Amino acid sequence: MDNLAWIFISALLVNNFVLTYFLGLCPFLGVSNSLETSARLGLATTFVMLVTALCAWVLNTYVLIYAPYLRLICFIVVIASTVQFIEMLIKKLSPALFRAMGIFLPLITTNCAILGLAIFATNRGYGFVEGIVYALGAGIGFTLALVLLAGLREESELSNIPRLMKGTAMNLIIAGVLSMAFMGFAGLFSSA
Amino acid sequence: MKKNESYEEFIKGIWRDNPVFVQVLGMCPMLAVTNSAINAIAMGMATFFVLVGSSFLVSSFRSWIPKQVRISCFIIIIATFVTVADYTLLALVPKVHKELGAFIPLIVANCMILGRQEAFSSRYPVRLAVMDAIGMAGGFLLALFSLGAIREILGDGALFGFDLFGENFEPWVIMILPPGGFLTLGVILLFFNWFRFKKDEFLAEVAAAERGGN
Repeated sequence: MDNLAWIFISALLVNNFVLTYFLGLCPFLGVSNSLETSARLGLATTFVMLVTALCAWVLNTYVLIYAPYLRLICFIVVIASTVQFIEMLIKKLSPALFRAMGIFLPLITTNCAILGLAIFATNRGYGFVEGIVYALGAGIGFTLALVLLAGLREESELSNIPRLMKGTAMNLIIAGVLSMAFMGFAGLFSSA
Repeated sequence: MKKNESYEEFIKGIWRDNPVFVQVLGMCPMLAVTNSAINAIAMGMATFFVLVGSSFLVSSFRSWIPKQVRISCFIIIIATFVTVADYTLLALVPKVHKELGAFIPLIVANCMILGRQEAFSSRYPVRLAVMDAIGMAGGFLLALFSLGAIREILGDGALFGFDLFGENFEPWVIMILPPGGFLTLGVILLFFNWFRFKKDEFLAEVAAAERGGN
């Protein structure tokens, strides 16, 4: 149980996917201009991460022990098609849920955060439950980083900043400061 | 004429449409592995190989790939080249491979590579596609190297492991830690913005002077 809690907190804060591993930066910088959109994108990403952890576990246990060199291609194809299938399912079953996060699903099917999750979980030899907990932590951590940046960006839209600074350059510097703040969590487990 | 065309495709990737500094693509590997110049170069070379190889293949097969499933085809081609690059690095430079870790397989998810296949290789003949890929990958390599070199010099006081400043230099440790990546790239982009504003101002001045002259 201790181990699971550690995996969760570590993926959520100490090794935050966006701010320490630099994964999923494209949506992080591209979509984070409003709070609502980024919360929805975060939700969708968490969902895809859970699906990914499941797929990765199935592939690792039943398929890839016979052909390790096919790892990359297998991950991509299986994750992308599963997500596509679930997208169709949601569209049929719950239009409200589809409106909330459906449009983001194809966008994030295989961005680097998703693939990174599958690869990290494999490299560390996580089992089924550990993988799901890891995905949950990583997804919520991603949402957290996205929502924080979106809030800061909404504020900065209203303030008077030099013309030169506007756009990606300033977002990156804001992200740098956020990342420094998250480094404070690194000491959380120094004794463990 | 023909030679100029390929040269044009080559040079635009290096400077005018530089994938990192101007289009802001391929950020994830860009920031994650540039904590030293040697890692940056290894990553750049791997990306170079993957981009040029897949551009060549996509462009050669462009009339056979059905429109509806083109993205999946591109991704499978890219993933194949990435697997080759992964195993090659593991065999040749195991130490660098260990440091880059999971980021080599993640080249697949580099949006710059898929973007070039979609926007260029699937529409143009092989020669132009390869020139375009070499230019873009060269620009990416250049960007990775400059970021890696800046971070290593400031964060470690060294370049390629050689000490530069002697003993009295206090390394800025923050530069090789994750925040340093964001900050360095932010400052480089600021420089590019400044450069573009200056150029626009200069062009406006020239235009004004020409109008005045007439």
